[in-house]
Amino acid sequence: MFDISPTEWTAILLSLRVATVATLVATPLGVAVGWLLARREFWGKALLDAAIHLPLVLPPVVTGYLLLLTFGRRGVVGAWLADHLGLVFAFRWTGAALACGIMSFPLLVRPIRLSIEAVDRRLEQAAATLGAAPWQVFLTVTLPLALPGVLAGMVLGFAKALGEFGATITFVSNIPGETQTISSAIYALIQTPDGDAAAMRLVVVSVLISMAALVGSEWFARRALKRLHGS
Amino acid sequence: MLRVDVSKRLGEFAIEASFANEGRVTGLFGASGAGKTSLINMIAGLLRPDRGVIAIDGETLDDTSTRRHVAAHRRRIGYVFQDARLFPHLDVRGNLDYGRRMNRLAEDGVLWRRVTELLDIGDLLDRRPGKLSGGERQRVALGRALLSQPRLLLLDEPLGSLDEERKEEILPYLVRLRDEAGIPMVYVSHDPSEMRQLASQIAIIRRGRVTAFGGVEVLPATLVQV
Repeated sequence: MFDISPTEWTAILLSLRVATVATLVATPLGVAVGWLLARREFWGKALLDAAIHLPLVLPPVVTGYLLLLTFGRRGVVGAWLADHLGLVFAFRWTGAALACGIMSFPLLVRPIRLSIEAVDRRLEQAAATLGAAPWQVFLTVTLPLALPGVLAGMVLGFAKALGEFGATITFVSNIPGETQTISSAIYALIQTPDGDAAAMRLVVVSVLISMAALVGSEWFARRALKRLHGS
Repeated sequence: MLRVDVSKRLGEFAIEASFANEGRVTGLFGASGAGKTSLINMIAGLLRPDRGVIAIDGETLDDTSTRRHVAAHRRRIGYVFQDARLFPHLDVRGNLDYGRRMNRLAEDGVLWRRVTELLDIGDLLDRRPGKLSGGERQRVALGRALLSQPRLLLLDEPLGSLDEERKEEILPYLVRLRDEAGIPMVYVSHDPSEMRQLASQIAIIRRGRVTAFGGVEVLPATLVQV
């Protein structure tokens, strides 16, 4: 039963690659946005907040279709990126990563924002009186103290990216070896006769990966907390 | 020399204070809620005055008429808060070294030794702030401010959160600091005996205003205690 076929391996590795890239690219952005939402007042803040949460409430198919319209080869952004940077999203694994990144962004930002809000601003003031410029305060006080939240956001985002299905299949379709992730592979397998065993294997694998991510994040969070507050 | 002439509205409360000092330690004396902390937050650059001037050694830090406002991190003014505010993710050594790193100052072993000996914190270097007593925490906060090599040191009720016994533990360090560190200080307190022991000049603050300025004789007579 546990003979994972090359096609299945391809889907598993692709899923891991898509989710990892999506999380790594989204994290710095998520930290920036989380900080903005936690610490700054500006015009359009409510709008930004709503826009970030939109993928959470929109049907994933809608998000995927909007991505296709915007980042497709004929989309405004997609055409520009393809012409100027050679970056193509449509029907590529990079598009899957983009879809996963956008779908998981609200889940990634939320813990980061909350943990930055929880950092004592009086410590940031103390840092300023010791000569730290605002960016130094952020890097040496705010970010280290918010680290457990950043890690939690990364794990949540990774888990969501790993399981993303609707927006991804709408935007980049279900091409084995290019855009077929575990989710879309399972979907394809249960549509085919005799695909049950293969589908089951992928189900087990995705459960294992998710469990490992959760256990790993718990371990990281505990270590980070210990490091922050002394053992 | 420090010159302060500012006004600031904070809700219903208004601060309108003016004083200049030459002495080593200027005391700001007044009941809690009199506006002392807001006043030194303005000196530190953490709070911006609505109107007025703050200058130190001839350098203008705030001047609302020319819209000048030097950011807190560029003022080189040390601040010891009532609640220490040590960084919980750094050990004592990291806390003490923070100001030097942020200001990109060269390592100064002589200064480091002098400050850690002056405050008796040499044995605490590897500990986390969470493992320190209240008095130790306040001594580390003092050392941290001193090692950032400020030109003025602000102390906001540094003994305020300590019990009587701990106060007696810290006070001698403050006296040594005054006599040996050679950095002018602004010392905020509502305790006349601390004022008597430390301050060379005292500004009495009442409801946001300086009502008297001078030597220890300006302290209210009814509160005299030895």
